[in-house]
Amino acid sequence: MGTTNSATSTAAGKVTFGRSGRNLVLRFEGNWNVRNTRHGEIDALFSELDREGAADGLQVDMANVGSWDTSLLIVVARAKDWCRKHTVNFLSESLPASVASLLAISEEVPERKTGRELKKSSSIFTLLGSMTIDVFAGVGTALEFTGDAVLSFGRILRGQAAFDWRMFWLTMQECSAQALPIVGMISFLTGLIFAFVGAIQLRQFGAGIYVANLVAVAMAREMGAIMTGIIMAGRTGAAFAAQIGSMKVSEEIDALQTLAISPMDFLVSPRLLALFFMMPLLVLYSDLVGILGGAFVGLSFLGISWSQYWNQTIGSMGLIDIATGLVKSAVFGVIVAMAGCERGMKCGNDAASVGNAATSAVVLGITWIVASDALIDVIQEVLNL
Amino acid sequence: MSEAKAPSPGGSPGDRRSEAAIEVKGLEMGYGSYVLMRDIDFSVAPGEIMVIMGGSGCGKSTLLKYLIGLKEVEKGEIIYDGRSFSKASAKEKEEMQRTFGVLYQGGALWSSLTLAENVALPLEQYTSLSASEIMDIVSMKLALVGLKGFEEFYPSEISGGMRKRAGLARAMSLDPAILFFDEPSAGLDPITSVRLDELILRLRDALGTTVVVVTHELPSIFAIADTSIFLDAETKSVIAHGNPKELVKEGHSDPKVRDFLLRSDPEKTPIGLPRKNQSANSIDSASHG
Repeated sequence: MGTTNSATSTAAGKVTFGRSGRNLVLRFEGNWNVRNTRHGEIDALFSELDREGAADGLQVDMANVGSWDTSLLIVVARAKDWCRKHTVNFLSESLPASVASLLAISEEVPERKTGRELKKSSSIFTLLGSMTIDVFAGVGTALEFTGDAVLSFGRILRGQAAFDWRMFWLTMQECSAQALPIVGMISFLTGLIFAFVGAIQLRQFGAGIYVANLVAVAMAREMGAIMTGIIMAGRTGAAFAAQIGSMKVSEEIDALQTLAISPMDFLVSPRLLALFFMMPLLVLYSDLVGILGGAFVGLSFLGISWSQYWNQTIGSMGLIDIATGLVKSAVFGVIVAMAGCERGMKCGNDAASVGNAATSAVVLGITWIVASDALIDVIQEVLNL
Repeated sequence: MSEAKAPSPGGSPGDRRSEAAIEVKGLEMGYGSYVLMRDIDFSVAPGEIMVIMGGSGCGKSTLLKYLIGLKEVEKGEIIYDGRSFSKASAKEKEEMQRTFGVLYQGGALWSSLTLAENVALPLEQYTSLSASEIMDIVSMKLALVGLKGFEEFYPSEISGGMRKRAGLARAMSLDPAILFFDEPSAGLDPITSVRLDELILRLRDALGTTVVVVTHELPSIFAIADTSIFLDAETKSVIAHGNPKELVKEGHSDPKVRDFLLRSDPEKTPIGLPRKNQSANSIDSASHG
């Protein structure tokens, strides 16, 4: 409401009460501003009113009010409420027209009785129960999404899907060539760290040369795929969730559905297949750069020659090690794409949901990468591979 | 007790300042070297509702951005209550901006906050009121826009019209001297739109707030405007200034303004048929356009 005022009085707003015959009179004075309202005094006034007891009506005197804003309106509304509770007539004709009009506007639409209640604190069992239900529901939707993705793949193979080839090539580019610098840097450092850790132990036994074995096998079987998977979950998975989530907010996904184009075929499958094909290539690159990181330590700190290191690396690694890494990478690619797209498709309709979708895509992606890595290792152990 | 004197917020009517609440002098708008509109001059009296009209893309919303300080003025001047806004220091500008309330086209409510939190945020930032005092104000503001009981709802859980009203409650949270509305009726059904217009009028009458509205909704323009300006993209200038009910009269304004206000296509007769003197080609293009 009006913030500047030219009222002659500069005194802060004040309210007192008196009696006029059988009626109570609330006298407002001064300039009423939310910033300098004395709430303590107003509370005290209403306590006194409670003690005052019987009266026929309550009237308001605003003859000495200068400027005013919401603060005055709140006191008047409170007085009216007080009258209702104490069955005292609120003499609204004593109100100035503008105050009466605002009060009328504020009371025109009755309070929504079914409005949301404030959150109640729940017991630990309720929380545990609802978390379990959420987890099962989450697993259910993830399985449903996986099923849809498989059906979509079937449609693509039969040539019946509205597959977006532009998105496919664009995603291929984004998760291959454009990811090389970050994957290269992280892989080099991973190889280097492994070599350092191994060197400290192996040097004690004069077996420093075996650093090459350690780095080669670790990179090929585990670290190349895991590190690349984690990078892609943070980089590409989050981007998928945010892209698809924003499309959901702006009703682009609804537009696809009304044209009978499956969002699964058009949005999810191109991304999923692009990552499926590109992740193994990225992991091969990661393995190589990781081995170079190990070689850097071997050559610089352990006095091993390049040919020795290279021969040791070749000798220690079998095709099965590389194949293990590649299989894992394809699985991780699918996980990252699925987590990103699923979170995006399940996104709410506002900006905060898009942020939450991106965050949860990364968390989900990384969790499943680590879990599936462990599962593949167990299967390999059982199959003696 | 007799009827009390009717003090109005911000002082009694007799105390009202003689100068304009908003004065714009020779304002030039543009993007980079591109000039969108030049020599914009107008003034709005305190407590008046002014509508900024014009066709799509003429710069109505851009003018609003200049008025609320989202775009820097390079040529011309904007004066509020006798104080230059465009030449003010950053600190003074912020202080003046606190006397503005802006209702954006979609409400622009912060989606991660409830309606109560949305309305409370400006109060938390700029006043030292306690949480319970802020809640009293928030409840009153939401009641004024007919949203009492919706305090704990999130913007995504309410309808477009309610979002606009909640946006209005937020715009009014600091008791602004001037309220700006960007396309308040856009996307609303006619009844909700009429109710919003009524609310704007009643709040203005009760509070004496100066209101600036950007819109091209004709019913709204005629219902609420005390005065208006018409921006013309072709001549890049303001081609009409006055009450729309006057501007619509024959001979009172540029024919373009009348066509706009009468919702008539200058290329066609009122029922949408091409004029008789048009050539066959233009008839064809008009009917397909």
